[in-house]
Amino acid sequence: MTGKPFLSLRGISKTYAMGPARLGGPVRNLHAVDDVTLDVLPGETLGLVGESGCGKSSLARMIMQLEPPTSGTMVLKGRDPAELGNAALKEARRDFQMVFQDPYASLNPRMRARAIIAEVLRNYRFGTPDQINARVEELARQVGLSAHLLDRFPHELSGGQCQRVGIARAIALKPRLIVADEPVSALDVSIQAQILNLIVELQSEMGLTLVFVSHDMSVVAHVADRVAVMYLGRLVEIGPSSDIFSRPLHPYSRTLLAAVPRPVPEARQRHASARGELPSPLNPPSGCHFRTRCPLATERCSAERPQLRSIEGARQVACHHADADAVGVHVTENLHA
Amino acid sequence: MTDTLSVEHLNLTFENENGAVLALDEISFSLARGEILSLVGESGCGKSVTAMAIMGLLPPGSAKISGSIRLGPTNLLDLNEAELRNVRGNRIGMVFQDPMTSLDPVHTVGMQIAEVVQRHRGADAKAARSRALEMLDLVRIPDARNRLQAYPHELSGGMRQRVMIAMALACNPEVLIADEPTTALDVTVQAQILELIGELKSELSMSVILITHDLGVVASTADRMMVMYAGRIVEEGPVERVFSRPSHGYTAGLLQSLPGYGSTLRSHLTEIAGSVPRLDHRNPGCTFAPRCRFATGHCNAPLPDAHEIGANHRSLCIRDTAVFEAISNHEIVRAWA
Repeated sequence: MTGKPFLSLRGISKTYAMGPARLGGPVRNLHAVDDVTLDVLPGETLGLVGESGCGKSSLARMIMQLEPPTSGTMVLKGRDPAELGNAALKEARRDFQMVFQDPYASLNPRMRARAIIAEVLRNYRFGTPDQINARVEELARQVGLSAHLLDRFPHELSGGQCQRVGIARAIALKPRLIVADEPVSALDVSIQAQILNLIVELQSEMGLTLVFVSHDMSVVAHVADRVAVMYLGRLVEIGPSSDIFSRPLHPYSRTLLAAVPRPVPEARQRHASARGELPSPLNPPSGCHFRTRCPLATERCSAERPQLRSIEGARQVACHHADADAVGVHVTENLHA
Repeated sequence: MTDTLSVEHLNLTFENENGAVLALDEISFSLARGEILSLVGESGCGKSVTAMAIMGLLPPGSAKISGSIRLGPTNLLDLNEAELRNVRGNRIGMVFQDPMTSLDPVHTVGMQIAEVVQRHRGADAKAARSRALEMLDLVRIPDARNRLQAYPHELSGGMRQRVMIAMALACNPEVLIADEPTTALDVTVQAQILELIGELKSELSMSVILITHDLGVVASTADRMMVMYAGRIVEEGPVERVFSRPSHGYTAGLLQSLPGYGSTLRSHLTEIAGSVPRLDHRNPGCTFAPRCRFATGHCNAPLPDAHEIGANHRSLCIRDTAVFEAISNHEIVRAWA
């Protein structure tokens, strides 16, 4: 997993103009994603974590070219997809596909599973109807969907089966990159393990690069080589997942990991460590966005935005006070202990 | 500890044109004063419908219910609609998953809390208003006096859930039923709400039924737990006993399918094969047997009643010894041993 990145984001921002708070008031800007720079290496899994409004889904949609960034550049397989024309972009999309959170809402309720998977093959002129049909059945086998389920409508399938259809559709064109936005969040615990196993198997079979968006830390710890933690549109920490989960350096990463309820006896003595709630993304705090909830905050944090800086080799942290030595206030136990 | 609520031989059948669906099958349990009892299970297992039955909120036409639900000496199933209205919100409070859709968007939160007090306690407007203020203070809403005037959309998700809890507790109920109260919330806010529920339970010495699908929430919050599957209680006991000696194939399956405990990066998770059975044709034996790794031929024969595993710890599983032997080395089980 070394060499040139498969996907590079440089200073990617997304601003949505919101209506004025009151009639005649100024237009308000919501900075959904604020100056995000990161690389994804070929074959690796990058986990993208954070709470609602942190910009992880917006970032995923921009990687998928579903929305253009307001500023910044992106390089996917050596080219900026934003510079491609429609036809070239469609051709480029063979290489990057998406798996969505809600397995029901992301499938057309009026189409049978077979037609849903076949549609993408037809769009890309895969071959004759017989060839397409054979490929659909091959894909169904690959994602563990019994052939008789192919003739059902989404409402006749369970959540897990629907997600298998969504995954079959995503891998139909043999993409190189899959962006999975909360792919197991809507599923029951027992089904979640089935779908995680499937994603992991497909990744190793097909050599997929994976961007895995989730709010569930234990799921991300299970699949990701590296993790990017986001807070109110900004990247606050990025690094190897084993390091981040065993020793988070940014105060927000620590807060987030400490808040996860874990089925262990120590959870009973634990107290909520996060003060307050997420500030409004329309009016985020100056300087460091996390300073209003941060135990380490000082005046410098309200005056100056912390930039991502390297600490301990592969790890980058955007915090004025995160020093490897100063950490130890409450280190979370390793999820992989 | 005396029992506040006791449910005996509760059976619930929904009838529709296609026949009958057995949603609850011989549910019996009791809730002691000052304890938090957690109902755990996946979608369709009957945990929410148990809460609805206690609240008398099931559709009278299609729901056929038998057994008893005693709150003190009163059997709630004997009450008529007017009598039930004096129980709901007064002696039993309820908090739902989604605080946005459960609050009235066109009234201030102060009015909504005051309404409950006026309705049940016959308080005048002024007394009700001061009670509302007291309740907002109780649930730790900062600047409570001004928040009385706020509309639900002006509050964050966590604040709305605090308002829901304030409303549910305004009449000092004996029982609080919280149905997935933190599922829609971010993890740092979830930790705060769970802590609040635990504190209020002690301050008000009330009994809580906490419905959740998250074993981490159970471990950090509950005193006792009931694992439900396909309309039955399959295992119940004090939290530390069930975690330290899981004694049903389903409980073991749930624990093993959690990523992050004893699994390494992208290792194969132990799945629970298949999916939840349909409730309209069930076999006489164990409903989990078709998905259970421990099942033998005996599991399909009619089941004996739940048997004691240890003090206050019961299981329906006839293979409980084999289950425990297989899972005794699991990281979570060892943590509780």
